Amino acid sequence: MVVFDNISKSFGNNVVIQNLNLNIKRGQFAVLIGPSGCGKTTSLRMINRLIEPTEGTILVDEQDVSKVNPVDLRRRIGYVIQQIGLFPNMTIEQNIEVVPKLLGWPKEKRRERVRELLEMVGMNPLQYCNRYPSELSGGQQQRVGVLRALAVSPPLLLMDEPFGALDPITRETLQDEIKKLQTDLGITIVFVTHDIDEAVKLADIIILMKDGKVIQAAPPEELLSNPAGDFVREFIGKKRLRANYDVDLVREIMNAKVFTVTKSKGFAESISLMRQRNVDSLIVTDDDGKFEGVIPVEKLREIAGKKVINTIGEIQPEKITTINLNAQAREAFDTILQEKLPYLIVVDSKNKVRGLVTKTSLVKALAGAVWGDNADDE
Amino acid sequence: MMNDFLATLHSNWDRLVGAFGAHVQIALTAVAFGAMIAVPLGIALTRYPKIGQKVIAVLSILQTIPSMVMFGILLPFTGIGRPTAIIALTLYSILPILRNTYTGISDVSDSYIDAGKGMGMNGRQILFRVELPIALPVIVTGIRISSVYIISWATVATIVGGGGLGDIIFIGVARHNHAMILMGAIPASLLAITTSFIVGRIAKAVTPRGLRRERAR
Ligand SMILES: Nc1ncnc2c1ncn2[C@@H]1O[C@H](COP(=O)(O)OP(=O)(O)OP(=O)(O)O)[C@@H](O)[C@H]1O
Ligand SMILES: [Mg+2]
Repeated sequence: MVVFDNISKSFGNNVVIQNLNLNIKRGQFAVLIGPSGCGKTTSLRMINRLIEPTEGTILVDEQDVSKVNPVDLRRRIGYVIQQIGLFPNMTIEQNIEVVPKLLGWPKEKRRERVRELLEMVGMNPLQYCNRYPSELSGGQQQRVGVLRALAVSPPLLLMDEPFGALDPITRETLQDEIKKLQTDLGITIVFVTHDIDEAVKLADIIILMKDGKVIQAAPPEELLSNPAGDFVREFIGKKRLRANYDVDLVREIMNAKVFTVTKSKGFAESISLMRQRNVDSLIVTDDDGKFEGVIPVEKLREIAGKKVINTIGEIQPEKITTINLNAQAREAFDTILQEKLPYLIVVDSKNKVRGLVTKTSLVKALAGAVWGDNADDE
Repeated sequence: MMNDFLATLHSNWDRLVGAFGAHVQIALTAVAFGAMIAVPLGIALTRYPKIGQKVIAVLSILQTIPSMVMFGILLPFTGIGRPTAIIALTLYSILPILRNTYTGISDVSDSYIDAGKGMGMNGRQILFRVELPIALPVIVTGIRISSVYIISWATVATIVGGGGLGDIIFIGVARHNHAMILMGAIPASLLAITTSFIVGRIAKAVTPRGLRRERAR
């Protein structure tokens, strides 16, 4: 949807953006983040040609924006700024219908659309249409700012720190709303923020910038679990401490020293290994290590009393729930709690057993989140 | 004294009405021309902020030229009569309007311009839909200042044969007739005060509700 092809931008001798390459896919929520002055706003504003790049090409919808009339381009792209920028001389209705009017929509269609939009965010049109921006709270104003940008249903929305000036509670609410709007409408959003929490909450892809360059572009989970270098680690540092539970992956919290037996293992040997390891069930795999099922100790005893068994493969193991090692830790915890499982087997994409998540792992990870370090690196 | 005044008023009533009418006409024409020049010029100057300030500085100096000198400069070109008075007063009326137009528009917050541009307004649309409506109360205030100023200055139009209430005042001065002086001066003051009030009302009326609240804060 939005492609930056080797974009550079200088103001005079001051190089602000350097060989920037980006590829934001249709329907993605892309968040640009980085320290002040790293070029987030500049990058955003090059998309709708409020700023022209010095070098390189930007494609929107596979079209080179430098070949499109800037005014036409901007009418097709929603734009929301931090200071909100609702026109104080216009009512809420007039503000929302600015772009429809520029595009020459008939009056009835405009009215209809304004009402529809206000209702979408739970604002009563009768109550708000004729009010002026100064008669609204900051949160309501920015809601209208977003609606105004969405008025002609643009497939792409640019937002520059739209919630920066709002109090934390209002900000949370608006974040939820914009995420919902984005998913419901299937639009692409390029969003600038300072706030890593906001980025993690909203983004499908986080683009972390520094000095006009992309340091890492990755989904939030990956950025947090796999930071590319010290700068990223430092930048997300505080975040990790607070939100481990939210964002860690199963493989980071699992116990990798899991005891398994293959089907060809001798029965007697398995029993004695179980005793040694003090485990109460056998995790059975095939010869390639692929998960087959588990055999609880009761079942082993019961069967052993009835007939002679040579290898584990002769016993039908029970299928139990497994989880992929790249799944969210949260998902593992939820499954354990909901299905009241003693543990969850962690498998990879080839269904090989890789580890185990137990209630203990859960507690450890939570402790890590609270104390600010990882459960597995104490 | 009072009787004296009423007697003078009675015997000169027609002259007063005529002079009053001429005064309004001179002042109104001058301010109207002044606004027609100053508003577009003020807008134009906002597009070139570097020279804008300088132009206003130069005009401020022109403003301090005494009216006598101004008439002296104009007379050889325009001769005796009302046009000379109107031209001089027009020149004087420009600055307050120009200055308010310039600052009114310059003070429109960049975030509104940015929002307008970002939504695909062209320069003209930003000017007429955003900048001018927001700056309008300030511009009208400039017109108010200018009107008050020009109504009082119009009394000197008489020396170039422009007519107006100045005629009556000067006759009074020449004849040492205090009642006559007052008969010219009082209507001139009342006219200035009333005009100020009316134009003030207009300024309020053109201020959108949303801006009134914002300014009150
Ligand atoms: N019009 C301009 N002229 C000169 N330099 C500029 C201009 N606009 C931006 N810059 C410079 O470019 C750099 C990047 O600015 P930009 O506004 O993109 O940063 P940002 O990442 O959005 O920062 P912030 O988080 O503070 O908003 C800064 O060093 C800034 O000073
Ligand atoms: Mg910025």
